[in-house]
Amino acid sequence: MSFSYAQDLFPLTAAVLAALVCGILGNFLVLRRLSLMGDAISHSVLPGLVVAFLIAGSRSTGAMLVGATLAGIATVALVELVKRLGRVEPGAAMGVVFSILFATGVLLIERASVRQVDLDADCVLHGQLETLAWYDAPATLAGVLDMQTLAAVPVQITTLAATLMLVVICTVVLFKELRLAAFDGALSTSLGFHAGALHVVLMVLVAIATVASFEAVGSILVIAMLICPAATARLLTDRLGTQIAVSVGVAIASAVGGYVGATLVPGVFGLDSVNAAGSMTVVAGGLLLAAAVLSPSHGVLAAGLRRRQVAKRVLVDDMLAALYRQRERGEQGVPIARLQSILAPRPVNPAIASTAREGLVERAGDDIALTATGEQAAAAVIRSHRLWETYLVEEAGLASDHVHTTAAQLEHVGINPPIDAARDPHGKPVPRAAAEDSTRPGR
Amino acid sequence: MIDAPLASLGQVVDQWPTVAEVIAVLTLRSGFNTTVVTIGTTLFGLAAGVIGVFALLRKRAMVTDALSHATLPGIGLAFVIAVALGETGKSLPILLLGAAVTAAVGAACLQAILRYTRLHEDAASGIVLSVGFGAGIVVLSYVQANMPAGAAGLKGFIYGQTAAMGARDAVFMGVTAVISILIVVAMLKELSLVSFNDAFARVGGIRVGLVDFGVMVLVVVVTVAGLQAVGLLLVVAMLIIPPVAARFWTERLWLMVVLAGVIGGMSGYLGASVSALLPRKPAGAVIVLLAGAIFALSLLFAPARGVIAAAVRRVRLRIQIAADHALESAFESRDAESDLAVVLQRVAAQRGWPRWLTPIIRSALRRRGFAHGSGAAILITGAGLERGAEVCRNHALWTQYLVGYADVATNHVDWSVDQVEHVLSGQLIAELEGELIAKGIAVPRVPA
Amino acid sequence: MTPRSPTPAGLSALPEHSADSPLSVHAMTVAYHRKPVLWDVDYDATPGKLIAIVGPNGAGKSTFIKACLGLVPMASGSVEFWGQAYRKARRRVGYVPQRESVDWDFPVSALDVACMGRYRAIGWCRPVSKAHRQAALECLDRVGMADFAHRQINQLSGGQQQRVFLARALAQEADLYFMDEPFAGVDASTEQAIVGVLRELRESGCTVVVVHHDLQTVEQYFDDVILLNMRIVASGPVADVFTQDNLHKTYGGRLTLLAEAAEAIARTDRPVR
Repeated sequence: MSFSYAQDLFPLTAAVLAALVCGILGNFLVLRRLSLMGDAISHSVLPGLVVAFLIAGSRSTGAMLVGATLAGIATVALVELVKRLGRVEPGAAMGVVFSILFATGVLLIERASVRQVDLDADCVLHGQLETLAWYDAPATLAGVLDMQTLAAVPVQITTLAATLMLVVICTVVLFKELRLAAFDGALSTSLGFHAGALHVVLMVLVAIATVASFEAVGSILVIAMLICPAATARLLTDRLGTQIAVSVGVAIASAVGGYVGATLVPGVFGLDSVNAAGSMTVVAGGLLLAAAVLSPSHGVLAAGLRRRQVAKRVLVDDMLAALYRQRERGEQGVPIARLQSILAPRPVNPAIASTAREGLVERAGDDIALTATGEQAAAAVIRSHRLWETYLVEEAGLASDHVHTTAAQLEHVGINPPIDAARDPHGKPVPRAAAEDSTRPGR
Repeated sequence: MIDAPLASLGQVVDQWPTVAEVIAVLTLRSGFNTTVVTIGTTLFGLAAGVIGVFALLRKRAMVTDALSHATLPGIGLAFVIAVALGETGKSLPILLLGAAVTAAVGAACLQAILRYTRLHEDAASGIVLSVGFGAGIVVLSYVQANMPAGAAGLKGFIYGQTAAMGARDAVFMGVTAVISILIVVAMLKELSLVSFNDAFARVGGIRVGLVDFGVMVLVVVVTVAGLQAVGLLLVVAMLIIPPVAARFWTERLWLMVVLAGVIGGMSGYLGASVSALLPRKPAGAVIVLLAGAIFALSLLFAPARGVIAAAVRRVRLRIQIAADHALESAFESRDAESDLAVVLQRVAAQRGWPRWLTPIIRSALRRRGFAHGSGAAILITGAGLERGAEVCRNHALWTQYLVGYADVATNHVDWSVDQVEHVLSGQLIAELEGELIAKGIAVPRVPA
Repeated sequence: MTPRSPTPAGLSALPEHSADSPLSVHAMTVAYHRKPVLWDVDYDATPGKLIAIVGPNGAGKSTFIKACLGLVPMASGSVEFWGQAYRKARRRVGYVPQRESVDWDFPVSALDVACMGRYRAIGWCRPVSKAHRQAALECLDRVGMADFAHRQINQLSGGQQQRVFLARALAQEADLYFMDEPFAGVDASTEQAIVGVLRELRESGCTVVVVHHDLQTVEQYFDDVILLNMRIVASGPVADVFTQDNLHKTYGGRLTLLAEAAEAIARTDRPVR
């Protein structure tokens, strides 16, 4: 694996810049559920690009930028028009507008390519990072940082850099306004920050970002960078500032990882490189998957672990309560088999093991019995259960033979109702409150 | 560099086909291949329109976009595997099977995202769309580097390639489309109920989840069938545009389904014909643009919900209301023999009519027989006075109701009455009289 | 005819509204997709009172507030705040929308939300300074949520979320507040806290207009009441207006014929001017 300044420096830089530009904006799109607007604009800048190209007669970046930005704004306007005049729902309106515009673009490209000009639909779709190779690059880092080499920086990269600066400045300066409009549009407008105007600002930025990035990653794949890093960050944190920072990191990781994966990994197998932009998208998707599964706050694994912990605690509570009830009937020790049948279908052995470790129960042959501390813990659970039964009958007016199941769920919550009683609706005694209720296991 | 690049935009084609060629294609007499392809594409358009209605009504329009993009990796992988197994990679069923598999995987991923994460439907669709397409591009670039012969054919799935379609491919497309349509027709009742009110359907015992799943399966099938015709980027257009266009023409579901099918079918038919005549034009784009043109026409000209029709209705209603005001004023001042011009002048001043309205009202009244004569001597007829009496009575009735019954402030009554008096039905009037009488409030009678 | 909300022919000229009245509504009519939702509403608020708006579902209560704030366009009529248009009086008007109107999964903390109330004072493009943050924190304290300042809002209960919304409104430092169903779905202690805040606001001279759904507590919490069912059935001090007869008129469908007329209008293409 070797990094060659000639082949890799500019493409990699362009890829990273494109990922950053889209990644930052994507946060607001995802929060406002406008991800598909990014999709729509990415598709429909195509005719704008082609028309600008045909008018300017060359691939002048400035002209293309203007043309595509106008196309982007036109898209937003047309979608609103179709929604309002036609009373069409938003998703369908977007679909109609962008697919018509995209088809127009495809037709125009074919027209242009007939004239033997080098605007290829494929590149618009998935970019052509390879063409940014810099064949006269110096071989050392010192050479690269020399001021003279800056003249060789391709215009795509300077455009991207300028766009990135624009996006960063807008995000920083308008952070609170964008956040407010995304969170509560009605309040935003009533406070004087017109939500509609901010929406237009956001869409214009997306259009500019799309245009600036399309040469690096292609317009279709801009969508990936507009959504995936922000979505990944969303799964990792609950603060917007942190989310934006994380999305920046994920965007860079996707770009670098994707580029490396595309160019250097196939080389290991003796194969030609695969498309870098596509590879970046796949890496972005992989990072999202990793976050969805592994995120400590929102991931699937973490949620599963939490559920298991709760289930374990509930089982322990139930076991202690069962032992206490048997003790009330005069049985000091309960055979394991009977305990198992009471708590079936859940396996009782793990609960026995953990409570034995905590000193709440002791084994005597085949029997399990509560220790003194165990009895206090069990009493707390029973107290909670019977107080809840009393509360449900006296305050909520439920029939006394309907309250057991509900109380059996509420007893695990850890909060007792705001009443006290000596006996529950079935006449059973309510254990008195312990000095601290922290004897309950697992709290 | 091009000379006069803009001028080149005006020239749509390099070589116009002859009239004879055009007719031959349109009447399906231009060779077996062309005919079959045209029919297949038409059937695809039909199926896409029909199924698209339900995707649209279930608000899943953009999900279809995600699924169509997710077919690309499947096509590429199927090709690679097929070649590795020694088959010729161009076997359509294998490629389409691959497409269907990854589209299904995409749908499953979408559901998983919605179920297990806090992300919403728009983000989930976008993720599946972009990651799926990206993966597909990667596979395609691998194919391009290592099996260049195959890559060009595969690219056809992105943009559509009716010109390169064989008879067998077209037949496959047609058969798939017909099967999908038959399934929809068989399940029309359940689909309608679920689309309209899924809570009600659930209560009625219909497994809404299953129906939704069925719709998605049909979407995938139709998508895969249409890959060759329009390419995966624009399949979504055929699933969305015909239903949206059909919506402008009717309020009834079954009619919307039929119209969507017709619009889709026509777009397919005309698009395939154009593609046959001008083989270098990307077929998918042509088909979609034709559908788009029909959409634009529907948006503007459809009588039920079109923009122009709505505007015309509004204008007509305004004219009717203004005419009624004129006749009412004539009646009130007992201008039985009076000059229409005088009446119109009075009412125009009272109501603040714009200058252009008066002559229109004059001709409207004459047309409906409420005034007759010509030139300077136009008089209001007896029929006109009767109508004026009727309006006058309604006005009084509503005023009575609003003041005596609904406690509207007296200085607001005229405006409120204005809203209702022109749209009263006979039944409503009878009810109104009944209520007033029951309350002991005098019901106005207008002397004949 | 003025381009917006023209005074329809037949309406008398606008009476002089005193510059004292925080809210003056004249002939307000609002139509959603051509169906009239509010019809011909006239109202003058007495300053310094707690005012409840009650009425059946769909009667236009939320719409009334939104129309006053310009969030929903009026087909006709006018609204004035202390004799001025909303645009000029904006600084003095606060708004607490319905809880369902936001996505509570949004990545902001309770303090962030409270600070949003200060944004108008801060203005465009400037960051939230320490002083403003402190003011927002004090508002959180007034509703008893100071301990939850840095908690993510999706970890708050319904009642706590409502209190955060209230704190945000307090941070706006307005003289007139509109609140849309602040008591909906909150627990008893939150309800008491909200009532406490409302009374504090009244003590300091604010006027509060509240869409309220619980008829049982109207007499207890509010000074004035508006009975609304597409039109104002009655309005004024609770003691005078909150009678069986009026309630029957509001909820009892006396105005069904008017509703049918509204349907008839909706079915035509006629725009409710």
